[in-house]
Amino acid sequence: MPTDPNSPALLATRPRMSPRKKAKISQAAQYGVLAIVIVLALKAMDWDKLRTQMFNVNVIASMLDALPRAFANTLLYTICAFAVGLSLGMVLALMKMSSVGPYRWLATAYAEFFRGIPALLVVLSIGFLIPILFGIKLPNMTVKIGIALGLVSAAYVSETLRAGLQAVPRGQVEAARSLGLSQSQAMRSVVVPQAFRIVLPPLTNELILITKDTSFVYLLGLATSEYELTKLGTNALNQASGGLTGVVVVGLVYLIITLPLGHLARRMEKKNARQR
Amino acid sequence: MSGVSPTTPTDPPVVQISGLYKSFGTVDVLKGIDLTVREREVVCVIGPSGSGKSTLLRCVNLLERPTQGVVELLGIDVTDPDVDIDRVRTHVGMVFQSFNLFAHHTVMGNLILAQRKVLKRSKAEAEEVAWANLRQVGLEDRATFYPAELSGGQQQRAAIARALSMNPALMLFDEPTSALDPELVGDVLAVMRDLALGGMTMLVVTHEMAFARDVSDRVVFMDDGVIVEEGPAAQVIGSPSTDRARIFLKRVLDPTHIDDSEIGETEPDEPAD
Repeated sequence: MPTDPNSPALLATRPRMSPRKKAKISQAAQYGVLAIVIVLALKAMDWDKLRTQMFNVNVIASMLDALPRAFANTLLYTICAFAVGLSLGMVLALMKMSSVGPYRWLATAYAEFFRGIPALLVVLSIGFLIPILFGIKLPNMTVKIGIALGLVSAAYVSETLRAGLQAVPRGQVEAARSLGLSQSQAMRSVVVPQAFRIVLPPLTNELILITKDTSFVYLLGLATSEYELTKLGTNALNQASGGLTGVVVVGLVYLIITLPLGHLARRMEKKNARQR
Repeated sequence: MSGVSPTTPTDPPVVQISGLYKSFGTVDVLKGIDLTVREREVVCVIGPSGSGKSTLLRCVNLLERPTQGVVELLGIDVTDPDVDIDRVRTHVGMVFQSFNLFAHHTVMGNLILAQRKVLKRSKAEAEEVAWANLRQVGLEDRATFYPAELSGGQQQRAAIARALSMNPALMLFDEPTSALDPELVGDVLAVMRDLALGGMTMLVVTHEMAFARDVSDRVVFMDDGVIVEEGPAAQVIGSPSTDRARIFLKRVLDPTHIDDSEIGETEPDEPAD
């Protein structure tokens, strides 16, 4: 075994450049490209236009009065839709696991149907078709959008919940039953609490999706008091010379809602990790 | 030593199994089992994997529903559809190969859950019982830990304490040490030995031949869904009278020994728990 690093035997098998050195150079190149792109973008940008078209102070000032109301409405529509989606989704999830065939088929057909059509169509149908077909007058916008988005959401939620319930190992139920707990007691005390932990991240994700989908409510024709963020933002586009300021503002407000949700989900996951 | 708690035929039977058949689809797993376990008796069930040992155990507390036959627990026929099986199960503790502690509860939470929900004990009473059982298995200092924070041996001892907290008349052990690292097996077996010495009635499916030999009153050798041999441990393990038992014990007690006739043989897998 030759020990001299320059001995012909070792040199023959050594690559021309060590893999570690290659990786370092590649990384430096990536940083370089990034820096160049940023510098070019900053140079090419028209900063005056940016200020007047995206962060127009006049437009922002004109929106401030209506913003809290729109913010509250977005939250209200979201919570209502999520409540409908969660409760209906739970029923559908239980139907999917039922020993009665028709229940399973119905739940599956429901999920396939509502996952397969755009939420926009559902909102339109609930808002206009249902009152015409059934002669029911839905009391207010919160109920309309809550039902419409809830129906769509339930299709996704049911699949999430079913997967969560079935992800709890069978041994957990067997242990509970062998201690004398009834099937429903085992479900309530052992399966559901553990399934809840599993479904928390996907459900938070669903909540974020609903938050964004509440923007469809504009299709139903809104009174000023019913404006939510998107409607408020797009209305502000009509102001002369304000550019896109309206949508930039409400876009930031959406992030104020959705970013903490994601953060919350991650924190709950971490807290639960001890129990896994 | 032929057993730690000698029993007489007059002791009342805790489990009485007669003509038990169990099939999964077209697979016959149990083909006519008769077995009686009397009060204070420790019975070990041994046999190759796939022989139906675990299924037999799971038929006793009806985790599996027998296809045919009678299982009497404390004089109650559990196969009778009118029997309140949840009530009967409170008298039968079960310990699983994979522990099955409730992952979302601490050790203490695991021990008091069924006491509170099923036996309707007060929190204070349930915790008192739990502490006594944690002491017995040597886990007083782990009460606030979650299962995932414990070693396998600790988890299994906690699972034993959980079952004991229901004051069962019978304890079922389904390969309790098979999922453990070798150095953790001893602690669990020591707890089981203490239980046996304390007079607990036990039905144990195990591969621990030393435990079966030293602790059990009776050893049952199963193969292919039937009881092939049954008797005092010294007799069944020490000098088996059937070829099947002899071959099995030779393989278990001397795993490196390869018999020419066994080469190329495959063993069927036991149904997953």
